[in-house]
Amino acid sequence: MMNILILLPLVIPFFGAVLTLFFREKITVQRTVFSVSSGLVFIVSLFLLDHVFTSGVFSVQIGGWKAPFGITFVVDKLSAIMISISGLMAFSTSIYSFGSIDAEREKFGFYTLLSTLFVGINGSFLTGDLFNLYVWFEVMLMSSFVLIALGGTKAQLEGAVKYVTLNLISSLFFLVAVGILYGIVGTLNMADLAVKIKTHQEPWLITTVALMFIIAFGIKSAMFPLFFWLPASYHTPPAVISAVFAGMLTKVGVYAMIRVFTLIFTNNPEVTNGVLIVLAGATMLVGVLGAAAQNDIRRILSFHIVSQIGYMIMGLALASPLAIAGAVFYIIHHIIVKTNLFLIGGIVNEIKGTFALNKLGGIYKAYPLLGLLFLIPALSLAGIPPLSGFWAKFSLVKAGFEAEAWFITGLSLFVSILTLFSMIKIWNEVFWKDLPEDVENIDKFSGFSTAKKRFLFIPVIILAVCTLIIGFFTAPFFDAAAGSASELVNNADYIKSVLGGK
Amino acid sequence: MILFLALITGILTTVGIFLILRRSLVKVILGLAFLGHAANMLIFTIGRITKGKAAFVPEGSLSPFEPFADPLPQALILTAIVIGFGVQAFLIVLFKQNYKSLKSDDLDNMNTTDML
Repeated sequence: MMNILILLPLVIPFFGAVLTLFFREKITVQRTVFSVSSGLVFIVSLFLLDHVFTSGVFSVQIGGWKAPFGITFVVDKLSAIMISISGLMAFSTSIYSFGSIDAEREKFGFYTLLSTLFVGINGSFLTGDLFNLYVWFEVMLMSSFVLIALGGTKAQLEGAVKYVTLNLISSLFFLVAVGILYGIVGTLNMADLAVKIKTHQEPWLITTVALMFIIAFGIKSAMFPLFFWLPASYHTPPAVISAVFAGMLTKVGVYAMIRVFTLIFTNNPEVTNGVLIVLAGATMLVGVLGAAAQNDIRRILSFHIVSQIGYMIMGLALASPLAIAGAVFYIIHHIIVKTNLFLIGGIVNEIKGTFALNKLGGIYKAYPLLGLLFLIPALSLAGIPPLSGFWAKFSLVKAGFEAEAWFITGLSLFVSILTLFSMIKIWNEVFWKDLPEDVENIDKFSGFSTAKKRFLFIPVIILAVCTLIIGFFTAPFFDAAAGSASELVNNADYIKSVLGGK
Repeated sequence: MILFLALITGILTTVGIFLILRRSLVKVILGLAFLGHAANMLIFTIGRITKGKAAFVPEGSLSPFEPFADPLPQALILTAIVIGFGVQAFLIVLFKQNYKSLKSDDLDNMNTTDML
């Protein structure tokens, strides 16, 4: 029974994708299939969460081939948490896309691609094999390549060129690193790698490969100095596509990094964590400074993705259980908040027809609810108590002080202030100030049908409520993150579940 | 043999890097293709080449006799080639569409999404 359950997050969206192909002209059917399948994935993920937290890690060997030989799928606490968030994101963005994606894009396979995108994402979270991880990354990337170019506007194509090229180079690094690792160790099963690397004769060779993985995942997760493709491309597709990308895709890179550096490359932490912590600091600072110069809602938010990735990497690099718990909690918080901010930016664009700060204004006066809905994720992103971002930053900063890493901790606090500055900038320019006099007052809101209004606002409200719940009832969420962290730091359970015995 | 393949890998990588640093998009596609081949050759070489010893298990024993050609790197390469093929087909279409809308394949003209 559990064996089937573990595969459902892959099988359900895959069948959903196939089903939508049969109904190219019938958009309603496609919509239903996608939202039902993503809702089902979320329900399945709750069962997975329940099972993982009551009886620990469990794994499935596809085709019955024993662990180092066959393909392994593993669910530990981190995977289960990530799957459930991806289910929630798929569901809420599906509702949003009903109200915002044009019929043209829907007919050209928007829901099919979104389904396969989530197949790739869930596959990356579940797999226990490095080469398999590469394949899931490619599944995810191929769908995202088409999604970012879908519609074919000039800006989209240009953004897609940058996005595709840089991500292909990252895939090549990944592939080469996997190949070299196989040449050195002779296995690609993650648990088996973990066992064999601990006793390997040439630790420096392994560390070199580990650094190649930093480059590969660093491009995917938009880490300094490899982030520049992200702010050049994420603002070009329709808001809902940017929202999914902003929420999920870079975090898959961070997840892969956490998995690889807590499970496999643990033999030389001074070097790998040393490199990671420097990159984390630079990522935070450069991202937030880049955002300060921007004048477009989505470009500001894109740069903030980069900046926030730095916090997660910082948690990974500090490597204490509390720090990794902080990083996991940060991922949970960040996916929800960042997706929500992009969706709200999308609503502003639906109403006013622009993302440019200097052509916007007066939204709070006209739509106070939208202003309030923006404030919740924006303040949470900056880390204002008692919202979810505060607890994420609090645990990271506490871990930083405990590790006596004064510089990076101070830097992370400084970056929070600059984050607040950016959020206040959006608030002032878009919501608070009056509309500039030379700008024509466009207001398409009254032209929206009731259904469209519901489709646009319900997901935003769901995600805002999630942020509030995580903020006010932090304990269960933080316990989950702490549980996954202790499982990651002490990876014996994972290895035992995959390889059996011992 | 290994030296020869290593040299080939090196040459393919050099050509690939040289081409992706050119300003023309067509050359970027070719460069990515070269880098993909280089990666495949690298996996092939580093997976330890054994000539003429297929990994068949002889009757009555449980594993093939050492040394045997490891089939796994070849399986990895096969997967990577298939993925690379699909990606390149998409790249060509994407770059062509981009050329149509921009009327130029010069990378220096593709900076509008980075403007402030």
